[in-house]
Amino acid sequence: MNFITELSQYMVENVGELMALTVEHILMVVYGILLALVVGVPLGIIAARYEKLAPIIISITNILQLIPSLAMLAILMLYFGLGFETMVIGLFLYSLLPIVRNTYVGIKEVDDSITEAGIGSGMTPLQLLAKVQFPLSIPFLMAGLRVACVIAVAVACIGPYIGAGGLGKEIISGISLQSEVKIYAGAIPATILAIFADLMLGLFEKRTKKRVA
Amino acid sequence: MIQLKRINKVYDDGFQALKEIDLTFEEGKINVLIGPSGCGKTTTMKLLNRLTEYTDGQILIDGKDLNQINPIELRRQMGYVIQNIGLFPHMTIYDNVATVPKLLKWDKQRIRKRVDELLQLVNLDPETYRGRYPSELSGGQQQRIGVIRALAAEPSTILMDEPFSALDPISREQLQDELVRLQREINKTIVFVTHDMDEAIKIADQVILMKDGQVVQKGSPKQLLENPANEFVREFIGENRLESAKTLPPLSEFVVEGYPSVTGQSDLQDVIDVMVEHNLAELPVVDGENKYRGIVSLYRALSNKQAVLSDVLDTSIQAVNENEAIDDVMNHTKNAPGSVIPIVSNESELIGVVNHNQLFQALHQFYQRKSGGE
Repeated sequence: MNFITELSQYMVENVGELMALTVEHILMVVYGILLALVVGVPLGIIAARYEKLAPIIISITNILQLIPSLAMLAILMLYFGLGFETMVIGLFLYSLLPIVRNTYVGIKEVDDSITEAGIGSGMTPLQLLAKVQFPLSIPFLMAGLRVACVIAVAVACIGPYIGAGGLGKEIISGISLQSEVKIYAGAIPATILAIFADLMLGLFEKRTKKRVA
Repeated sequence: MIQLKRINKVYDDGFQALKEIDLTFEEGKINVLIGPSGCGKTTTMKLLNRLTEYTDGQILIDGKDLNQINPIELRRQMGYVIQNIGLFPHMTIYDNVATVPKLLKWDKQRIRKRVDELLQLVNLDPETYRGRYPSELSGGQQQRIGVIRALAAEPSTILMDEPFSALDPISREQLQDELVRLQREINKTIVFVTHDMDEAIKIADQVILMKDGQVVQKGSPKQLLENPANEFVREFIGENRLESAKTLPPLSEFVVEGYPSVTGQSDLQDVIDVMVEHNLAELPVVDGENKYRGIVSLYRALSNKQAVLSDVLDTSIQAVNENEAIDDVMNHTKNAPGSVIPIVSNESELIGVVNHNQLFQALHQFYQRKSGGE
């Protein structure tokens, strides 16, 4: 009981700083994911259109995902230096796989008869993609986005090791100061962020699915 | 009009999918391609909107070589209804039906008018259905949308690939009826693929029966049923359908030839003698060139013994031409008081007579055979 009062007292006193860290955390994730969308969706589409490229594209993104996060960030640091941008690049690379793979699968999953109806109606390949295949792959893409967001929120917590901010800063300083309160003050908002992202995107995913099913 | 001239299609692995296909799809007719699976019927249809290409031969659409037409343009001018309906699930009914008009960049008002018109054509209320999504419709309703989507841009040709095969029997029957009705209203060239012979018989103007990439027989449903070209056609159509489609035998089978007749100059007593000798109540009377004149009955001959033949001759009984259909002969029997109908050749020469009783017997046998065959 004592601890909870202590924690809430700390959080109230440092609300300004904690908010700033949360915003920074969110920004890293959002930039990373946006970048991943901008690059990943076209890659997914290319993989779906050119079946021969698919294994190459999927494998590369898969390997990126397999590199341990700390190692990946350390390597990135060698080339991009310390700071916010390096973290964004790291999150971008991490989010690539779920987005590329789900875009690819989403397009591949479009029923053959629907594709045939589109071609038979006289759509050009680009029109088919824009009017039929891509809209129908959105529920899959949303699922990928959801996974990517949750991963990114988690990975962003080790940001301070490469000089980026975010809620990880509070956690890591808590570790070095052996302050339980500081650790929780960082961990709780980070967890809430992950849960919130998961719930919201889950809801969104369900809504897009309803249309298509 | 669409003409296929000596079309061959050979796949890279050497498999010949189509062999020397020669076909004409007449304007405003329902042409049904039918055959067992793998016979090339769907392939033949997909040649027309260039979803598949042929190896050699020539396809002409209204005299224009198909390969000269841009495939995208071609498909926009040709309606296409596919087997699994293939509506776009993320689009409303309105957007689905408007697919091709939108590709053709019609203006909004024109599209709206057209969509409403089409929905009414298949008895779906535009107000209710315009804004719905395909998943909110029953299978039968969905395929109606599939059909009107193909009609939207007023194509002259519509290709239909087993469009009703996935539906329940009741919806299928309804849609077949609607298609026939629609066809009368819109008068398009329809190329329809099916494996269902009943469907083909019901809707087709021309049936094209295929096997192993070749056309085995083509013609109206009636022609196929009455004259199946070979054992395969018989088998594919099925004995039951052939039996039930059998028409009445020709009139010639009922004619009693060599039935006695007398000339108009005969003495009445001789005529009576002939009738008594053959145990007949009526005799046809001919002139010197064997041309039919009338009928003399034993009753009238006996009651007017003093008269000459021409006085008792009943000329009101019309002779029937030997080439007339049996149904028409029935009509004559209604008016004829006697028991025989004289049958004459094209030159009005008497050939023989048809006996009411025999006719009745033969018909009885025919219908018994027919109903027994099912």
